[in-house]
Amino acid sequence: MSGESKEGLLSGEFFMNGDEACAEGAIAAGCRFFAGYPITPATEVAERMSERLPQVGGVFIQMEDEIASMNAILGASWAGVKSMTATSGPGFSLMMENLGLGVMLETPCVVVDIQRAGPSTGLPTLVAQGDMMQARWGSHGSYEIIALVPSSPQEIYDLTITAFNLSERYRVPVLVMSDEAVGHMSEKVEIHHVEAGSLILRKKPRVPPEQYQPYKPDKDLIPPMAIAGEGYRFHVTGLTHDERGYPAMNAEAHDRLVRRLVDKIRVNRKDIIKCEEVDTKDAEIIVCAYGITARIARRAVQEARSEGIRAGLLRPITIWPFPEERIRELARKAKAFVVPEINYGQIVFEVERCAGGKAKTVLVPNMGGSVHRPEIILEAIREAVPGKNGN
Amino acid sequence: MVTETHKPIDCYLRIDRMPHIWCAGCGIGMATHSFVRGIERAGLDADKVAVVSGIGCTGRVAGYVKFDSFHTTHGRALPFATGLKLGNPELNVVVFSGDGDIAAIGGNHLIHSARRNMDMTVICVNNFNYGMTGGQMGPTTPLEARSTTSPYGNIEYPFNLPYLAAASGAVYVARWTVLHLQQLERSIAEALVKPGFSFIEILSPCPPVYGRMNKRSKGIDEMHHYQGKSIVRNGADPKEVDITFDGPIIVGKFVDIERTPFWERQKKLLAKVHEKKQA
Repeated sequence: MSGESKEGLLSGEFFMNGDEACAEGAIAAGCRFFAGYPITPATEVAERMSERLPQVGGVFIQMEDEIASMNAILGASWAGVKSMTATSGPGFSLMMENLGLGVMLETPCVVVDIQRAGPSTGLPTLVAQGDMMQARWGSHGSYEIIALVPSSPQEIYDLTITAFNLSERYRVPVLVMSDEAVGHMSEKVEIHHVEAGSLILRKKPRVPPEQYQPYKPDKDLIPPMAIAGEGYRFHVTGLTHDERGYPAMNAEAHDRLVRRLVDKIRVNRKDIIKCEEVDTKDAEIIVCAYGITARIARRAVQEARSEGIRAGLLRPITIWPFPEERIRELARKAKAFVVPEINYGQIVFEVERCAGGKAKTVLVPNMGGSVHRPEIILEAIREAVPGKNGN
Repeated sequence: MVTETHKPIDCYLRIDRMPHIWCAGCGIGMATHSFVRGIERAGLDADKVAVVSGIGCTGRVAGYVKFDSFHTTHGRALPFATGLKLGNPELNVVVFSGDGDIAAIGGNHLIHSARRNMDMTVICVNNFNYGMTGGQMGPTTPLEARSTTSPYGNIEYPFNLPYLAAASGAVYVARWTVLHLQQLERSIAEALVKPGFSFIEILSPCPPVYGRMNKRSKGIDEMHHYQGKSIVRNGADPKEVDITFDGPIIVGKFVDIERTPFWERQKKLLAKVHEKKQA
């Protein structure tokens, strides 16, 4: 049974594309502000939000560009509203400076990138996974970020909810790194009623305004967050700042701040990192694939198994922070990692770094515009088997 | 003699951050003073005032006023403020930033925020150059004025900011120099309670860089220059208030009109959608 509650929340089974499922995930997570700018192939997220947000009492605004969109969601978050934007490569590039502002101000929010092929305008309507490193390093300076990679409309729905929970928990912008294929693919999406109590909300100040320091962290390295209009009369700045939120122009303060911004994610990586594994237990060839490519890799792995090759699939659901411990463990037993991705080599270098020379790493590149054919990945698996080609 | 009694303005300032970073003779301190007096005059609840600044000398205002205050990125105060306002419409949102921040790198956001008639007050301190980076020319530098990147004299036409704001849809537009304390304070108070997009340009001296490059190196000289050249003309057509290097400077309240603000329309939209759902 599919239906809509009087609060405008959906429940049941629906046939929808990934972009629409992303919007529904946001609404289920309590997102009530969306700012965006039209861009293929992410436009359907904005369109769905413009229709749905007013139904649940939220605000949709179409901004003048992606720079403005990114800033608007930061502002809304500081007013206490869960907020999101969605874009694709060119817009994602424009958002980078202010994604850094979100990191520096420790602002919960969600940024969705429905990836298309670049560089530049590239192939606006066609798939790629070329923004994976930009997601990690796109803004200047040292920081850590959280990025999730969905493989299906159902998963983009689920992971958008997770993204909001992680952003509220860790006070960091969380990226949903989807792609055109998932965004435009229509499948069944099961929408469960999400209990408000099951959603994570940012910590509120526990001291009166005169004692409140916006960047005084708790033991978990995360400071409670006041919002505008509640009498805390706080100051926050993109400059390096002390616990009071005041500019602190020296190396010591910078060291303290940057370490905490990075460590609050790193020390909690076990809580953040999620992977799916298929047949990795005895695998000597491990295909490491994410997003739409993982769905194709799954078939290649099955076929390899049917040929008697001990192949397995490691699918990072969290791509940042990178599941390096797991790769290290697998590298002790596996002979090779095969990494298909729709770019000319990005995540493969992370896999190679974590494998640390213990297992071979093979890239199966695809410049974008189409997904891999399963036989290309299968062929790479066959080639990676020890003994082949003088291996 | 007219005497006015004011509560000490200290309650609106982060006294623990004084002294501020502004140079001797700079007008931003006076602009900030007029701003907090304007807040008081308008009778606003300080807990519901949010100040957003961008980058630059004026961008530092957010750090010295004791409201919920945000020092954001270069040019982006307006969209940040837009999100803040739409996240909590009860906030009285003020953008306080400089001419380079608001009219150059953030120029697109200025015209679009005015077009939407977004409910906020923009206070733009115009010192005719980029002060913090050492006096480069900008979108308000008058023709012929010297700067560190126009050493032979500026050859670009400057923006007439009141005209730009008015043409883009602002419902309240005024310009004063930092010496017009009373008028400025009154304008700020009016703008703060005016629904929709208000824009106030404050002309300020920048003695160590713009002043020095243009033979007005003492703050007081530059102030006297602006004071001496100023002509108060309330209701002047914004089209006619261009600033030239040495010509008269028209100041006053130029625009005070009614136009449905963004939040008013948003509220109606929400009510309409809600009704449709009930039906």
